Amino acid sequence: MSSITPPAKEQVIQLYRQFIRASSRFNNYNFRHYFLRRSRDAFKESKDVKDPEQLHNLLSKAREELQVLQRQSSISQMYSFDKLVVEPLDRHHRNLNETK
Amino acid sequence: MHCVKNIIKVSRPLIQKRLLNNSAVNPATSASAASTISNKIKEELHKPGQDIIKNAFQVNQDNGTRPIYLDAQATTPTDPRVLDVMLKFYTGLYGNPHSNTHAYGWETDKEIEKSRKQVADLIGADPKEIIFTSGATESNNMAIKGVPRFYNKTKKHIITSKTEHKCILDSARHLQDEGFDVTYLSVNEDGLIDLEELEKAIRKDTVLVSIMAVNNEIGVIQPIEEIGKICRKNKIFFHSDCAQAVGKIPIDVNKMNIDLMSISSHKIYGPKGVGAIYVRRRPRVRMDPIITGGGQERGLRSGTLSPPLITGFGEACRIIKEDMSYDQKHIERLSKKLMDGLLSMEHTQLNGSKQHRYAGCVNVSFAYIEGESLLMALKDIALSSGSACTSASLEPSYVLHALGADDALAHSSIRFGIGRFTTDEEIDYVIKAINERVEFLRELSPLWEMVKEGIDLNSIEWSGH
Ligand SMILES: Cc1ncc(COP(=O)(O)O)c(C=O)c1O
Repeated sequence: MSSITPPAKEQVIQLYRQFIRASSRFNNYNFRHYFLRRSRDAFKESKDVKDPEQLHNLLSKAREELQVLQRQSSISQMYSFDKLVVEPLDRHHRNLNETK
Repeated sequence: MHCVKNIIKVSRPLIQKRLLNNSAVNPATSASAASTISNKIKEELHKPGQDIIKNAFQVNQDNGTRPIYLDAQATTPTDPRVLDVMLKFYTGLYGNPHSNTHAYGWETDKEIEKSRKQVADLIGADPKEIIFTSGATESNNMAIKGVPRFYNKTKKHIITSKTEHKCILDSARHLQDEGFDVTYLSVNEDGLIDLEELEKAIRKDTVLVSIMAVNNEIGVIQPIEEIGKICRKNKIFFHSDCAQAVGKIPIDVNKMNIDLMSISSHKIYGPKGVGAIYVRRRPRVRMDPIITGGGQERGLRSGTLSPPLITGFGEACRIIKEDMSYDQKHIERLSKKLMDGLLSMEHTQLNGSKQHRYAGCVNVSFAYIEGESLLMALKDIALSSGSACTSASLEPSYVLHALGADDALAHSSIRFGIGRFTTDEEIDYVIKAINERVEFLRELSPLWEMVKEGIDLNSIEWSGH
């Protein structure tokens, strides 16, 4: 399939930004940190891929994964739990603590 | 520091009494006495005004209060990617996968078969050899009871080890009640079985050997490939409980000559309540089913399969296979950091083999404190002590006992379970918290004072016994 043109660099950068945005929207501390780390590492791992076909496959797989992340980060915002002991409270909670 | 001193004065008589009653010095202490003492400590730790302890539970007032999860051997969080697959089956795809007369059944059946392949791929098996169950407990029961019962006319003996999970040991006891002989192999101080001892234990009427791959309490990895060879040579079926191993260390049923294998979904970021048993087809392993009925799953496990649970399990297998080296690199790094941070404290020791172990399970003993009281002072970290299996009892761990640990050591051990979602920040927090609180609890201990003064505790004659 040599007719495939390599995806533009901007496309990859935009996809990367979307991954980071979706990952950082997870309410759950551990999921948020994991998906941020995993997204960064995944893009780093394949930054030297030059073969157009391989790049296309990677991108279409990434697009599917992005949809999963977007759905799941939204769900994570619907069900929130107390913050962890390593996690700063939101500002209004902190103020509440001080007035106690 | 001022605050600490005050508390020492308040609690010394109580602590003293507890320590002198401790099974470390009085093996006859009954479990009930131990638990009343523990309750007293609990009260002590929760008295209002004990600021150091209160602060210990919430070190930073600007942070939340939910504990850090460090109990990956008990269970793991469900991966959001797993949930994403499962949701389809709670929102639209509800057909019974065994309904073969209409599309609702066909579509869920197709997804189940895809999951079966994902599970099989993770362990190098054929999809036809995967039987879905409710979890590793059920799989273990099926193997330990089912195989000997099928061959009971000619074979009467099975072999397992003393450090297996309770569901293996309990199933073996049931077999003994039915008239089978069971050999429980002992382990060395590293937690490993002796292959020569295994060969010696084999009899003409031995039908099954069951040895786990990764131990759930100490993370020790048994020589599965060598055991497989011995079993094949002697034409004995080999079952392995791989609940803690699958997806974490490379497992291949053919390379390792495994005939039956138990797998659990919730230990690999899948949903709870589902698992599988691998049953070899060539040479064929036959067994009596425990659950009979509609004849699903080759007649070995009747009952309607759960598409949401099974597809979640399948997706968990796919992810952990694809990311095994990535996940393990992360876990190994955190594990090394944690071990360096804990074992640099004096009078601590790592339990189980140093070489043959899974990095995500770190079991450490802290001498001169009791694991249970350390856990109570660590409300901000979700951990379990070696004895957590039957959480209601304060009995020291039978696994650590099998390694030759005395009661005191077994009582003072804590298991740290690291997983895919553990962060560096969490490990740093845990190292700091453990260092501070171990020191705090030791300061309360008259035993510790004696140790610091150079008194050999073994030379003391304790009164009253
Ligand atoms: C080694 C081992 N076997 C079996 C089990 C039981 O698994 P399940 O919870 O899937 O029944 C566990 C988990 O507790 C385990 O660690």
